[in-house]
Amino acid sequence: MKLPIYLDYAATTPVDPRVAEKMMQYLTMDGDFGNPASRSHRFGWQAEEAVEIARSHIADLVNADPREIVFTSGATESNNLAIKGAAQFYHKKGKHLITCKTEHKAVLDTMRALEREGYEVTYLDVQHNGLVDLGQLEAAMRPDTTVVSIMMVNNETGVVQDVAAIGELCRAKGIIFHVDAAQAAGKVAIDLQTLKIDLMSFSAHKIYGPKGIGALYVRRKPRIRLEAQTHGGGHERGMRSGTLPTHQIVGMGEAFRIAKVEMAAENERFAKLRQRLWDGIQDIEQVFLNGDATHRVPGITNISFNYVEGESLIMALKDIAVSSGSACTSASLEPSYVLRALGLSDELAHSSIRFSIGRFTTEEQIDHTIKIVHEAIEKLRAMSPLWDMYKDGIDLNTVAWVAH
Amino acid sequence: MAYSEKVIDHYENPRNVGAFAKDDPTVATGMVGAPACGDVMKLQIKVNEQGIIEDAKFKTYGCGSAIASSSLVTEWVKGKSLDEAAQIKNTDIAQELALPPVKIHCSILAEDAIKAAIADYKTRHGS
Repeated sequence: MKLPIYLDYAATTPVDPRVAEKMMQYLTMDGDFGNPASRSHRFGWQAEEAVEIARSHIADLVNADPREIVFTSGATESNNLAIKGAAQFYHKKGKHLITCKTEHKAVLDTMRALEREGYEVTYLDVQHNGLVDLGQLEAAMRPDTTVVSIMMVNNETGVVQDVAAIGELCRAKGIIFHVDAAQAAGKVAIDLQTLKIDLMSFSAHKIYGPKGIGALYVRRKPRIRLEAQTHGGGHERGMRSGTLPTHQIVGMGEAFRIAKVEMAAENERFAKLRQRLWDGIQDIEQVFLNGDATHRVPGITNISFNYVEGESLIMALKDIAVSSGSACTSASLEPSYVLRALGLSDELAHSSIRFSIGRFTTEEQIDHTIKIVHEAIEKLRAMSPLWDMYKDGIDLNTVAWVAH
Repeated sequence: MAYSEKVIDHYENPRNVGAFAKDDPTVATGMVGAPACGDVMKLQIKVNEQGIIEDAKFKTYGCGSAIASSSLVTEWVKGKSLDEAAQIKNTDIAQELALPPVKIHCSILAEDAIKAAIADYKTRHGS
């Protein structure tokens, strides 16, 4: 078996060979390299046609109109454009926005930026299972609320929010509803004809497309308007200027087309792999599954291993590529704010690992992962003073620790 | 983050992991850090009649650098008098292991663990 085993599909996915193959046809002199905005010759027309086909593949996956799809550089830009664009365009109606504490930084930091511009933001708590409390959301809505932004699938826990119900609440009160669907597209069914969602962010590289390309769905009926954040040649109906990267767009389109065809079968396979992984791990003492057990995508499993520190665990798991719920690896030394928001203690948040499986994960890889996890936990607990204290029946909450 | 070879070596083959009997009068224990901060070090020293540290053991909950720092100090304190051991500086530990700036606190914690163990010994022996 080739090591390390990649189990970090929620961070990014490899480009599907079928997608790469397609992209290569839009780069060189022999391919359709033209500028899709060139109207005066065949090179431009062919590139434009390729872009429009890709746009319809993206719209098809989520049952939208191709004219509702705006290309961006990725979900981060889509989130920025959606939230800032709508908040600024509708500022005369009010300057209050609502989101929740477990959102991706691309949403939270955008909200922070708007706070500096004089907007007021409510950051909702989530319940222990990671889900937003609809009663709390409704109570937070005010006459001057313009935008609610709640992600569909959480990137750390895989928990799926009830965006259908949230959409109903928003629509009833005339509030724009933005959904970050970077981790959702191609993983859960999305029907924008029935869902009351006004803006939705997509990323290509989370579903076997290339990095550096994404899209924003902008509803036409009822029409949602945005203040552009990138100005220039007026591409994408004036909402996002900049020459369209044909090869990236074609790659995203192909990735979304494949996702639509293969999603159902893939989800069934992922669910089996996830169960196999959990069955192999849950017999270890003091192991906890984070986030709601049923409302989540099969691809992401977040597990806390009590009395073992996350970063050393990642070191011990060097033959599997996973990420730590503890953000130690990104050098901030802070435990995951998402897991903290679920009510996990700092220790448990520090001790958690996200396993995310994908298109190229095999049963053999899962079995090997289970074996490595068992060995790592055994080694680190033998070295852990906290494990000894737990085994001696000492309640760690009663110990007077010296924080540093 | 890339670890230095020395950190990886100590992490993969930690020296002196374990614990001494708690009721042994020649043993002193220093425990520093907090689970909420992501690291807890327990360092034990065994001191002979001449006041020399004969043996040392550790258990650490923490990142690779924290484990390596504690493993390293168990090697360093052996054969030293209590006063000599108290001279070990976090900067020496950080330098030996080539710790990056974000991991300097691990070496500070290791220094604190030595000091805590020595203090424990002195309290127990009334000096």
